[in-house]
Amino acid sequence: MEKLYLLVPMAPLLGAIIAGLFGQRIGLVWSHRTTIALVALSLFASIVIFIDVLQGNTYNGSVYTWMTSGETVFEVGFLIDTLTATMMVVVTGVSLMVHVYTIGYMHGDPGYQRFFSYISLFTFSMLMLVMSNNFLQLFFGWEAVGLVSYLLIGFWYTRPTATYANLKAFLVNRVGDFGFLLGIGLVLMHFGTLDYALVFSHAGHMSSQSIEIIPGESWMLLTVICLLLFVGAMGKSAQFPLHVWLPDSMEGPTPISALIHAATMVTAGIFMVARMSPLFEFSETALSTVLVIGGITTLFMALVAVVQNDIKRVVAFSTLSQLGYMTVALGASAYSVAIFHLMTHAFFKALLFLGAGSVIIAMHHEQDMRKMGGLKQYMPITFATMFIAALASAGVPGFSGFFSKDAIIEAVHFSEIPGADFAYFCVLSTVFVTALYTFRLMFMTFYGQPRMDSHTREHLHESPRVVTLPLIALAVPTVVAGWFIGPMLFGDYFADVIHVQAQHDVVARMGEAYTGIFGMIGHAFVTLPFWLAVAGIFTAWFLYQYKTGWPAKIRKIAGPVYTLLDRKYYIDELYSWLFARGSRALSSLLWKYGDIKLIDGFFVNGSARAVAWFATIARRFQSGYIYHYAFSMIVGVFILMSLWLFHF
Amino acid sequence: MLFGFPLLSLIIWLPIIFGLVVLVMGDRNLKVTRWLSLVGAVAGFLVALPLYGGFDSSVSTMQFTERSVWFERLNVFYDLGVDGISMPLILLNCFTTPLVVIAGWEVIRERVSQYMGAFLIMSGIVNGVFASLDAVLFYTFWEASLIPMFIIIGVWGGPNRVYAAIKFFLYTLLGSLLMLVALIYLYQTSEGSFSILDYHQLPIPMTAQILIFIAFMLAFAVKVPMWPVHTWLPDAHVEAPTGGSVVLAAILLKLGGYGFLRFSLPITPDASQELAWLLILLSLVAVVYIGLVALMQQDMKKLIAYSSVSHMGFVTLGFFLFNAYGLEGAMVQMISHGFISGAMFLCVGVLYDRMHSRQISDYGGVVNKMPVFAAFFMLFAMANAGLPGTSGFVGEFMVIMGSIEVNFWYAFFAALTLIFGAAYTLWMYKRVIFGAVANQKVEGLQDISRREFSILAILALAVLLLGIYPLPLTEVMHVTVDNLLEHIARSKL
Repeated sequence: MEKLYLLVPMAPLLGAIIAGLFGQRIGLVWSHRTTIALVALSLFASIVIFIDVLQGNTYNGSVYTWMTSGETVFEVGFLIDTLTATMMVVVTGVSLMVHVYTIGYMHGDPGYQRFFSYISLFTFSMLMLVMSNNFLQLFFGWEAVGLVSYLLIGFWYTRPTATYANLKAFLVNRVGDFGFLLGIGLVLMHFGTLDYALVFSHAGHMSSQSIEIIPGESWMLLTVICLLLFVGAMGKSAQFPLHVWLPDSMEGPTPISALIHAATMVTAGIFMVARMSPLFEFSETALSTVLVIGGITTLFMALVAVVQNDIKRVVAFSTLSQLGYMTVALGASAYSVAIFHLMTHAFFKALLFLGAGSVIIAMHHEQDMRKMGGLKQYMPITFATMFIAALASAGVPGFSGFFSKDAIIEAVHFSEIPGADFAYFCVLSTVFVTALYTFRLMFMTFYGQPRMDSHTREHLHESPRVVTLPLIALAVPTVVAGWFIGPMLFGDYFADVIHVQAQHDVVARMGEAYTGIFGMIGHAFVTLPFWLAVAGIFTAWFLYQYKTGWPAKIRKIAGPVYTLLDRKYYIDELYSWLFARGSRALSSLLWKYGDIKLIDGFFVNGSARAVAWFATIARRFQSGYIYHYAFSMIVGVFILMSLWLFHF
Repeated sequence: MLFGFPLLSLIIWLPIIFGLVVLVMGDRNLKVTRWLSLVGAVAGFLVALPLYGGFDSSVSTMQFTERSVWFERLNVFYDLGVDGISMPLILLNCFTTPLVVIAGWEVIRERVSQYMGAFLIMSGIVNGVFASLDAVLFYTFWEASLIPMFIIIGVWGGPNRVYAAIKFFLYTLLGSLLMLVALIYLYQTSEGSFSILDYHQLPIPMTAQILIFIAFMLAFAVKVPMWPVHTWLPDAHVEAPTGGSVVLAAILLKLGGYGFLRFSLPITPDASQELAWLLILLSLVAVVYIGLVALMQQDMKKLIAYSSVSHMGFVTLGFFLFNAYGLEGAMVQMISHGFISGAMFLCVGVLYDRMHSRQISDYGGVVNKMPVFAAFFMLFAMANAGLPGTSGFVGEFMVIMGSIEVNFWYAFFAALTLIFGAAYTLWMYKRVIFGAVANQKVEGLQDISRREFSILAILALAVLLLGIYPLPLTEVMHVTVDNLLEHIARSKL
């Protein structure tokens, strides 16, 4: 089995190396064949491992010793349990779909091989992240996915917006990583190891330890650690206030928006916190923070999605909001529910993105929904699959998103952690907003009168099979993935992986009321979330199908609110003024005054000038005239004699 | 000695002899001169390899020792030996020399033999600094290393080379003279010994320790360079030819770091502990302040020079944490910085040779014309930003882990490099490499030649290998570092 574990990440790495270094030599076709075959192999191995894990065969072992320092041994190794295995299947599965889809989407792009190399490299990095059995390798994967994300957002490097977006994404993520690394540092310092199993087993008696970061202020050690780790999660999983990079990341090609910025990489933070559940459970403060941050992100990002006109940006803000849902679940100690939503979201959001990509191809890379409309009849497969994704996203009973989202709302409802009331309000009201923006997208794109120019309209057609096949393949789990809610949440699926303390265990309480998926669907019709979703869909229909003049009127009436949402609460403007301009100004100041004027000007060149000045004076005594020297000699003799006469 | 063979002498004198031969050959036949230089440099690297192979990493004593009388009356010996600290540095130096020779292959057209000769001779001298166990021998090599670099900057440098060369020379000389005073004091107190290892055991009262520490510190801090005595470095780098910058950043800065480990810490351990706060403070200022200053640089070489100072801040920070993470991390950082800064300067050199400009604003969209180069530059930029999987991460990670044990805020400020390092490196990369072709000159760029490819590929491998598997490097220095830590913990009053 150990060789199989190694095969899972190494196969895509090999693909990335082949396509990256020899892509030009082996050509377009062999580049995609090689990478796809290797990712498929990785998926196959992941499924085998998944089945093996279901039979109770978990694994925790090291591959090689990375480094030793002092008494500490840093290792690279794998931890294979149900959480890892689930992530492995999701990552390789979505990755394979995206690889296939890319053949169609990137057709004719000069960077074709490079793109395949990058997405395979991403798959490798993401697998290293989820399969890690220690914090160091986690950080490696964490930064490596950040690197690939940087490379892919800037894939079309001649576009100024793309290279701006990728720099921004990397730097904002680095702010998160800054906290994350300090968290890892505290773990290493206090636990003496970075190995998950050892750290988690000592978490109990570390819970009484406190730490003084600010002298005189004693804080609980685990709270500080968890908060620092969560800063990392906020960067990677784009939680408020570190969310600003994700909407801009849409500058990258659509397949990677689906793979990286929706389905997998951005969920790394969620995965990490779930993995760290044995630590987070000891800190109510940390959980409470997670809840509130998640709640803010859920509601406020969803609201922005309502006013976006770029089809990809709608989906991007939707992703932010859905990540908020997952974060809320984490804060409510419902880690398994968060992972469950992570899984269903990976499928329906990847589908939504790839569908949007299919639309964009048909529209000749036009992304503005105001220029679309009526696409239903031209692209039936894209429409049908996206419709399924929209239903799942809106949380219509029976579809995957319904089960996971409902479970989150329920979990928060039960939670007694401070902040849960606020988060409950956020997640509940977002149900309406989600249904509204999702179906706004559907209506504006697929229904009504076509609004594109005649040239585009004449060339409208369904995308090629390499594009539609992945859509169909993803539509299946978009429907069925939710049906596994029983065994995944209420069985003992995550029993040995996720640790929840009894007083936080909302999932167990939900389990008592659980009566199977049909019971859940039936019950939905008498609960608020269902009617909120219906109201959202109805509102979307009303505004964008029935009274199409109304949105403009509403925009006029609610002017300031609309502007606030349209400008995304002015957070980008604030950051670019405060951090980008601020650090540049500080940099200039330090350089021009500190280095050039003070150190170099005053001290260095100043001492050179002082020497020169002294030398010009001293030089005058060396005139070379005998009578000058004779005169100074006489003066000297006179002074010496006077001293001798008067003092002795 | 290895089986009675004076290996260290060979490592020191072989490049010097080759350098002298190259000098004598002159520029009559450039092809022969160049090939002979390359043979000398590669031979210098090959003879250094047995140092690693034959090194016994289980003992902390000096190995491959050689000892013969030099000046009998003054008790000066030709005394050589290496331990886990100096051995990797010698290897780094011998590794860099062939790269520098190849880098200057076609670019240097005037006084080729003198250029190549200077680098070969300097390589031998630097090996001498790292291998000397006698203070006089050390000091001789130490000062001698200034001369070739002074000439390299002054002869093959840019328009303002004379100012830069003199600034470089005076700055470093000023520091070194105080070291000489300290060495003479130690010679007196040890009753006539110039053996550095004797000094390690010598009891010294506190006041004297503090004074000696400060004298050494000035010498080494200028070399590293630490804030605020760093301003010679950007000027020297900007004016130096590419090869000069590579050696300056990759090797000469390490002399300062090495000095702290060989002299300051073991000779004056109590003063080191007493003044650690000052050194840590200066190091953190280097990391944060210089990291910020690097952001707004308009000249690529200046930017990388400032980045160098900022990264070397991790080295001095690691030294004065007095724990294994810090010390070993600082060592790893020195080696890794040798690869990365060398590679970064080579990358700028590649661009400069084509465009004759180092101004960031003259570039833009280079990737369109030089995709292979852009890929290499990306790797080194990421390594410079400390990405895990590259060597740049290992040292920084270890030093941050070491500093959090001492004080959370040390780690906090040190870890800011995660943000600043990425900001200044990638912002420069974006402006130079990405975008549409900016002007006619960029339009005419040719991608890297096979010669340039080979140097960058070797460095890329080194950067990745050390990042993915640093164990072989940390393994050889464990015992030496542990021994040094124990030594520092013992009072010498």
